[in-house]
Formats: sequence, C-alpha cells, structure tokens
Amino acid sequence: MNPAALKVNLADLEPGGIILVNTDGFTAQNLEKAAYETNPLEDGSLSSYRVLRVPLTELTLNAVGPSGLNRKEAQRCKNFFALGLLYWLFDRPMEHTLHWIEKKFGRNPKTAEANVLALRAGYNYAETTEVFTTHYSIKKARLEPGTYLNLTGNQAVAMGAIAASLRSGRDLFYGSYPITPASEILQDLSKYKEFGVKTFQAEDEIAAVGAALGASYAGHLAMTGTSGPGMALKTEFVGLGVMTELPLVIVNVQRGGPSTGLPTKTEQADLFQALFGRNGECPVPVLAASTPGDCFWTILECFRIALKYMTPVICLSDGYLANGSEPLKIPSVDDLPDLEVEFVTDPEGFQPYARDEETLVRRWAIPGAPGLEHRIGGLEKQHITGNVSYDPDNHDLMNRLRARKIAGIVREIPPTQVFGEEEGETIVVSWGSTYGAVTSAVENLRKEGVSISSVHPRFLFPLPPDLGDLLAGFKRIMVPEINLGQLSYVLRANYLRDVIGLNVIRGRPFTIAQVEEMIRERL
Amino acid sequence: MTMAEKGLAPVLEEKLTRQDFVSSQEVRWCPGCGDFSILAQVQKMLPELGIPREKFVFVSGIGCSSRFPYYVNTYGFHGIHGRAPAIATGIKIANPDLEVFVITGDGDGLSIGGNHLLHAIRRNIGLNIVLFNNRIYGLTKGQCSPTTEFGQKTKTTPVGSIDYPVNPLRVAIASEAGFLARSIDVDTRHLSTVLERAARHKGMSFVEVYQNCKIFADGAFDHFTERSVRSDRVLYLEHGKPMIFGKEGNKGIRLNGIIPEVVEIGKDCSEEELLVHDEKFPGPTLAYLLTGMGYPEFPVPVGVFRAMEQGEYSEMLKAQIDEVVAKRGRGDLDRLFDTGETWRVDENGSE
Repeated sequence: MNPAALKVNLADLEPGGIILVNTDGFTAQNLEKAAYETNPLEDGSLSSYRVLRVPLTELTLNAVGPSGLNRKEAQRCKNFFALGLLYWLFDRPMEHTLHWIEKKFGRNPKTAEANVLALRAGYNYAETTEVFTTHYSIKKARLEPGTYLNLTGNQAVAMGAIAASLRSGRDLFYGSYPITPASEILQDLSKYKEFGVKTFQAEDEIAAVGAALGASYAGHLAMTGTSGPGMALKTEFVGLGVMTELPLVIVNVQRGGPSTGLPTKTEQADLFQALFGRNGECPVPVLAASTPGDCFWTILECFRIALKYMTPVICLSDGYLANGSEPLKIPSVDDLPDLEVEFVTDPEGFQPYARDEETLVRRWAIPGAPGLEHRIGGLEKQHITGNVSYDPDNHDLMNRLRARKIAGIVREIPPTQVFGEEEGETIVVSWGSTYGAVTSAVENLRKEGVSISSVHPRFLFPLPPDLGDLLAGFKRIMVPEINLGQLSYVLRANYLRDVIGLNVIRGRPFTIAQVEEMIRERL
Repeated sequence: MTMAEKGLAPVLEEKLTRQDFVSSQEVRWCPGCGDFSILAQVQKMLPELGIPREKFVFVSGIGCSSRFPYYVNTYGFHGIHGRAPAIATGIKIANPDLEVFVITGDGDGLSIGGNHLLHAIRRNIGLNIVLFNNRIYGLTKGQCSPTTEFGQKTKTTPVGSIDYPVNPLRVAIASEAGFLARSIDVDTRHLSTVLERAARHKGMSFVEVYQNCKIFADGAFDHFTERSVRSDRVLYLEHGKPMIFGKEGNKGIRLNGIIPEVVEIGKDCSEEELLVHDEKFPGPTLAYLLTGMGYPEFPVPVGVFRAMEQGEYSEMLKAQIDEVVAKRGRGDLDRLFDTGETWRVDENGSE
C-alpha cells in the first residue's frame, strides 16, 4: 500500500486486520498527494490494525538487479515481490505463478527473469525476517471428485452457450455490442470458431438483438448479451420476439445504474426492467445466476426454456459474477439437459400459430423448408392461422394465451432448495450474485441458534410454484438486495405478505458481515 | 451469371410462375398506389431466378412499403421500424443459401433505420435492399420524410419543410455500396430488369424505386415520370453505352471537367465525346456525379449506376469458420473444456 491506496481502501479493513505497507512509498510528496496532513504510519491512526512495514521498492530493486532491467522497469516488479510475501503468508506453493510468468513473458526473458527474482525475493524476505510472526493455512475447499476448471462468470456464459449448441445440434449465433461488463462474452465466443459459433459485432445494441432474432428465425440457437443501458435499447426487439414466439436468450450483466451509472461496479437493480420493461402485456421468463460457475448452468437452462417454449428468455448476471471466478466441475454429456430441436418438415395441415394443447407452444418452421412458407411479424396474430388480425376478441385471447404459455413454465421449476428448516421465525429470500454472502451470513446466525432459513431462487419469472407456501411457514421475510427493493416489491405483490427489504446500493458486493448485521438489526 | 453458375441452390426442374408467388392475403394498399406495380414486377421477376420458393425471405420494417412480405408467398418477416437490415443480416448469416430481400421506405430506411442501412451496405452482406421512395410518410398519414423536398407542406410542416432532404443513392454510395440502382414504379419493364439484376448481383444490392403515394404525396415524381415527358426527362443508363436521352435521341451528357452537362448531339458535340456509362468505374465518383443529376437541369438517371463485386459477408464468415474447422477439427464437449488448465480432484480430495 502507498498513501493513496491506504486512504481509499482502509475503510474495508476490519479492526485487527493486516496492512502491508511499502515504507518507500510514504514520502512527503506522496502523503501530500493523498491529502494526508500527518503520516499515518507515525500519528497512531493505524493503532487498531497490524501494520507490517516493508521497504518494498528498495528490496525489489536490489533483488531484480541481476536481470539487467533499468530502474523504472525494475520498479514495476514490486507487485511480484508483494505477491511472494503473500505466498509465504498464506503458505501456498508458487508453481502456478512461476508457470504463468513463463507463459506471459515468454517473449521477454529479461522481464520474466526479473519477475521471478522479485517473487522469490518476496517469499524469502517473509521467511527470513521477522516481519511476519505467523503464517496462515487455509483449509482446502471440499470439492467433489472430478475434473475442474476455473471460470469467470462471463467465460461460463460463453461455455454454457456452446454446450447448448453442441447439445442441440444447432449452430450458435451471438450478436452483441461491446459494453462493460459484458464485452468478454463476445470476445470469448469469437475465438470458438471450431464449434461453428457465429459471432457478430453489430453496429449498435439494437442491431445486435435484431440480428440474433433473425438468426433464430432462420433456425440457429441465438443469444445476445449486454448490460443495463443496452437492455433498454433492446426492449422493442424483445417484444417482437414475444409476438413472433421465437427462441432467444438475452443476457444482462447488470452494473450500477441508472443511465450510464457505474460501468465497472456491480448492482442488481435491473430486475424491474427484466420483468416489466416492454410495451403491452409482454411476459418473458427471467432467470438469475448465483455464482460464476452457475452462469454455465443457468445459460443452459435459459436455452432449454427458450427452445421448449418458443420464447425470449432473460438471463440476469452482474459485474461481480462476470469478473469473479470459481472452479466449475466439468460435466459429462449426461449431466447436460436435453435440448432437442425439432423443426416442422411436413407441410400437411401446418398452421404457424397452432399450439400444443398442454404447453401452448407453436411449432418452429424455418426458411428453406419446402411448402411451409409463412409470414410472421410484430402485428397481432390471429389464433392458429397467424394472419394479421385486429379482431377484438382475438386480441384478448392471444394476450391470455401468451401469458398462460409463460406461466406454464412453473412445471419446469424444481422444488425450491431451502437452506435450513422449512418453517421458522425468519426466512431470507435473495437472488443473483448475493448467494455466497447471504448463505454464509445465514449459516453464521444459525450456528448461534437463530431460527432462520434462506432460499435463493433461480427463476424470478415465473416464480417457483412452491415459494408462496414456503413463505407462509415463516413469521418474517427478509430480502437483501443490491437495489432499493425490487424483489421485495414483487414478493409483496405476488403473495400479499409484507417483506423487510435489506437494501444497500453502493456498487459493491455484499460482505458476509454486512448481511449478518442487516439481518440482526431486524430480527 | 445465372443462379446455377453462382452456385446458389439447385436449378428447378419445373419453372415457377408468377402465381406461385402470390399469397392468399388481400392486398390492402390504397387504389392507385405505386406499390401495386412494384409487387407485380417482383412477383414476375422471382420465377426468372430459378430458385426454389422456400429459399426466399422477404424482411421489412414498418410503413406501407413494409406490408410487402404479406403479399408474397414466401417466408417473410414483418419486423420493427427501421430494423429490417439487422434482422435480415441475422437470417443471411445463419443461412447464406437463402435469397434475402429487405423491403423498406424513405422513412423506415433513412430516418429511424439510417444507421442499420449504412452498416448493412458497408458490410456487403448479400441482401437485396429495395427502398420505396415516395418522399412522405404514408402509413402514418402524411408527415415529412428525410427525402421530402425543401419547402414541401406536409402534416408536420404546414408552412413548409425546412429540412434539407437526403439522396438515398448518395447515402448508399457513402456507405460503400457495390451495387446501386434506381427505377420507377410505373416503368414496369425497366423495374423488373433492374430488380432481377439486383437479385443476381452477388453481395449487397441497393435499389431505390421512385414510388407514387396517391393519397399523401401524389405526383411527387410526375414532372419526369409522366409518360409523355419521360423520354425527354429520364436518362436510361446502360453499361458501355454513351449517355443519350430525348424523344429523338439527340441529347446527351458530356463531362466538362468534372461537371456533367447536357448537350445536343451534332450541335454541341459529337457522339464520341459523350460520357459513356461504366458500371465498373473504379471508385464511386461516376455514380456520385450521376446521382447529383436532377430535374430540371438534368435528365434523371435510372438503371444500374454501379455493379462491383467484392467479398460477401456471410460467405466470408462461413469461410473463416470452415478454415478453423479444417485446421483444428470440429469442436466437441471434451474439447470445449480442455483448456490445458484443468485439474483433477480424487476421492481423497487431493489433486
């Protein structure tokens, strides 16, 4: 930490926490730049923390000398020195980083050598000196046997889409426009050409979803991805997807809003937009991923629903999931859902808007199929024939059919997993990326004997059919969200129960302590 | 080049007829609308292409023009205002074998859809874009459009439009269009010839059709399209032929430096000095000059202004994918996860 970094980040550190200070950085000039009137290292303001002072710059320059880098370049190795220190502090082997340095700086052996020297020097320094009195051993997480891969949420979205393509036997079309924090999905997918993936960087958000809808009309698996401002632009096309009843997955990697908001900060305030943001009665299923790895499975489920019900589906992710990472257990083919796609081939009796009796889903006939020529579009459709119709009774009927079709998706939703008892004092309902912090907070409270359970639904529209009964088993419902109370609003409206919203909207993920404290205050 | 030579779709055993392309829907345009004529010429032209009916897709936006797909018995997508090129792009990329038409208008294509039009043209994606220019918003009953003439009184400009209009073909030129053409709704033979040439062009083709809106902008083009004056006021472009017009065929176009001028053949100059039309003129300059020629100073040029071939987008994308697949083999689930950075956890939890 230099003075500026210390100033910005100190508030996140709990009392008793460790601050690693680069004493070489605490010059009068740097202190002034960071608006420190006195030196925090000397004025006692850090007395409630454990401050470890290291002349990091000097040590790095000394260590890196043999590599032949000049002073300016050598200073850039400071981060590896610090990393080496941390490796000792947390008792971890350095092989992975050494391997990484070799790969990343392969074409620059001087830099590679310097970074390795800095890394080892940091480690050795920690071991040799008495700067650290203890080191910490973190127990390995209990993972099921299998093969694992570390994935960010955005990588998992890309992989999930390709897995859907492989499973369904249909090529994937991804139309998108660069936007933080979703751009990586487009970049990643563009590298997977051997899977037949067609990526299209459109001229704007609207063309991105439009091309995706066109590709869906032509029989591809189609997806588009964006963040909040892009969702706003795509709205009209989503409506067209609902009217033309075509499969389409729309990923919103949420970020701070409204408007341009905070592009690099996480938030979950686009739920209302996903549920309600279209003209007319325009129901769209909404699913939310809860961890980076879960992005993979949620995307697969989105495609399954989109294909089975011939509908656009919105997948909510956020900046925290997109850039965060976790190990994903690599699935076998049998673990993946069945995504069979069946196009109409027999022209006999084909009617574009004839529906399955149970699911109310129309059948999919794609251009190129002889004898099945038909026209679809955004105007209201006559039931069964699909011709343009202004008939009043038909319009009422079609609105109700579209609503019923989507409402019927509840048959796809498995029983809600409850963490804790199915009855009690308090139930916490959360969604999206808050899964980790909320579950851990509830776990801590349960260890103290508090009567509290939690659920974290993936389906936000339609809501799980067992949720209402589940909520009825509890006196108090709490909903922690990184917004001003959107799921709260939805639960109140759907179940006619009051709900306690625990709302913080700072552009940061929840910490476990934060959620625990919010719950405690309202118990 | 025939469709068979282009390698597009199998040649039909039994030739289709115009009737095969007439849909069951009653055509609802106003009596006297120019769209009837365009519809008829398209339905006449389609069988000539020798492509199976199921390969055609008509995509439109919103407007009178955009009702078109309902009246053609092919696959059709009536999309949202201005966005047909985007939808059509997705369709063509998904299935390059389809013959995709985009039907748009001066409002749909140049106002709300201007951006998508620019990019569809720029990408040279194999779409046949036909823009019905009637210089007004017909469907919404009479507001001005981006091609409405300066000073024109419309529903939203009751004391005269102060918008400078834009020239559709020039927008296409600026977007690097490889195929540019113009025709007139009532000049049926010329229209069907131009439409056929556009369809046969590999890559993006852009056709502007002067279309008369009987109710809201009647007679917008009459001053040069009306039968009795047409031959004197319209220049029919033909590749390789000198630019000659007039009832007696005695008027022509000559370049004076870089500016075109109207001349009388025999009097002002000989036929050899006339500007010869060249669809393959390097660069857009010639087409740009021609699109600037307007009544009354010049005859209005119609026909194919430019026809240049270059790589078509959906085929190039397919080629890129095919190349990678040839090199690395087609991907499967195992390959998807085989990033070289996986690790195994066994029963004891060790790696």
